[in-house]
Amino acid sequence: MTRPQTMLDKVWDDHVVRSAPGEPDLLYVDMHLIHEVTSPQAFESLSLAGRRVRRPELCMATVDHGIPTVGRELGIRDPQSKRQIEALEQNCAEHGITLFGVDDLRQGIVHIIGPEQGLTQPGMVIVCGDSHTSTHGAFGALAIGIGTSEVGHVLATQTLPRHKPGSLAITVDGDLPLGVTAKDIILGIIREIGVNGGYETVIEYRGSTIAGLSMAGRMTVCNMSIEAGATAGMIAPDETTFAYLEGKPYVPTGAMWDEMVAFWQTIPSDGDAVFDREVAIDAAALAPFVSWGINPAQVVEITGRVPSPDSFDDPRERDGAARALDYMDLEAGTAMTDIGIDRVFFGSCTNARIEDLRAGAEVIRGRTVHPDVDAMVVPGSGLVKLQAEEEGLDRIYKEAGFEWRDAGCSMCLAMNDDILSPGERCASTSNRNFEGRQGRGGRTHLVSPQMAVAAALAGHFVDIREWQ
Amino acid sequence: MKPVSIVEGQMAPLPDANIDTDQIIPKQFLKGVKRTGLGPNLFYNWAHDVEGEREPAFVLNRPEYAEASVLVAGPNFGCGSSREHAVWSLHDAGFDAILAPSFGPILENNCYQNGLLPVVLSEEDAAKFAELATDPANSVTIDLPAQQVSSGDFTATFDIDPHVKQRLLNGWDQVDITLQSVADIEAYESSRPRFMPALG
Ligand code: SF4
Repeated sequence: MTRPQTMLDKVWDDHVVRSAPGEPDLLYVDMHLIHEVTSPQAFESLSLAGRRVRRPELCMATVDHGIPTVGRELGIRDPQSKRQIEALEQNCAEHGITLFGVDDLRQGIVHIIGPEQGLTQPGMVIVCGDSHTSTHGAFGALAIGIGTSEVGHVLATQTLPRHKPGSLAITVDGDLPLGVTAKDIILGIIREIGVNGGYETVIEYRGSTIAGLSMAGRMTVCNMSIEAGATAGMIAPDETTFAYLEGKPYVPTGAMWDEMVAFWQTIPSDGDAVFDREVAIDAAALAPFVSWGINPAQVVEITGRVPSPDSFDDPRERDGAARALDYMDLEAGTAMTDIGIDRVFFGSCTNARIEDLRAGAEVIRGRTVHPDVDAMVVPGSGLVKLQAEEEGLDRIYKEAGFEWRDAGCSMCLAMNDDILSPGERCASTSNRNFEGRQGRGGRTHLVSPQMAVAAALAGHFVDIREWQ
Repeated sequence: MKPVSIVEGQMAPLPDANIDTDQIIPKQFLKGVKRTGLGPNLFYNWAHDVEGEREPAFVLNRPEYAEASVLVAGPNFGCGSSREHAVWSLHDAGFDAILAPSFGPILENNCYQNGLLPVVLSEEDAAKFAELATDPANSVTIDLPAQQVSSGDFTATFDIDPHVKQRLLNGWDQVDITLQSVADIEAYESSRPRFMPALG
């Protein structure tokens, strides 16, 4: 009898090119996603060593991190960003890599367009020079974020050397309460296990709540696996996954489709598979969350208050909370709903898919953005933007006073002109509330799309459950 | 990559938990196409005020730490983004090793790729070195072959993946090592499922 296997075991074993005692396994990479910021030095090393890209047809590139989200038709004004984008264009042309470039309708945040194009599929190993590569695990792929040197390694060899991480099962069961979203699930999980709680593991999210999520919701959950310190996050492929993929541009049809689905059905963990560690989360206990601090475990229910550092037993958490309150300019004991905001950023690979834009638009119902708030919506890809426009969502946002931008990472990391000024407070649908992430001195509060839109309209955080 | 064996030098303490790569090297310095010249931007927002003037109180700006080559950090050092610029800037600023109870997973790999030694210590040992580092007169020696770190009469041991250790000691490039297995890669490729996506 063979030992029952986890999904991680299966995908891992399927990709081992070479295995030797005391050495990392050499894993084959099925898809290598590339963007302009972490790749130029990798291509440079490749050229210096006189090497070629081993499998250019297994690479896909786009521009997302530094690209402007407004006025693109005038060209890229920032000379450095322009040079980076040109470097990517040149590298892709030279090595025969498909690029969804500045003028391509399919351009967008790399983690949004991989799935959108059907390049992300169950059972694959996917890498990208980007920590939020974990997003693709929502399809039952093993998706690992890597640094630039490893990007160069994958370009040259189409493989990645890795020791196999441990396995952590996080089971979320039960119906999601009204107003609680996939974003709140993952924020709740990170609060529970901590920003280091997934260290040296691959998380498998499972349970009825996870199975009940759309692909968009599953991507939101897997996206933030890195915020729990995990190597990757995965969710078992099922009918929801297959229905999402059917008809996508890079997904075959006919007999090949049947063959693929049969393979995909073998990927989920065996029923009696054993994980190194297990955590159970009760969906009924989740609420809409807002972050109050400078790491994504520092979150509280919208009905809660900014905690006092003294409420933490662990001295490191206490120090961290004190530092966070100082940076965030918050008083312990303040009700979250009393915190006023200056800006709203609705975007990022966490929450800028069409489902997110629809859910946010639902909240508006004829109301307008609070006069003290600047709010922007940045769709995750050109195709998401187009779809939203076809559905009339752009009009709803624009009429409410939101700016409607072109696709890119934008103020998730603020490499372009979309940036907070010092002291500005922002409700953001992104994934990182690190100091200065959205602009030096800027104060980020992570929330779901619905909560971000409601905050834009009210001028402060509101409990979406009561506000509808 | 230059071989790494014994690292000796001055320590600088930065023991807060969860120092992320956005702090190590802020986004405005990710726009280059080279690996070099990032040292002056290390911890930019902590090292400079909003006008761009140096913050004299920041530990790495204090003259007595000017020669520091070993950073003593807290748990989960370098969590967050995959930007290898974090490692390039640390290296360029003269750091050869980091002592910490744990590292962000991508940063740890990035360190190995660049011959910057990430030394994983127990919480207690890391705290002890952080305390020793508060006296700039204390130096530290990291002996990679012996897997030992010592400062004065305090010594701690550390674990490191034997394969990575070999690679660091010999300064081997990972791509060169992997390309020795090209036959295995070709064999794997010939049996890959034909339905996996491809572009172009
Ligand atoms: S949207 Fe933000 S988190 Fe996602 S890839 Fe872009 S910068 Fe990274």
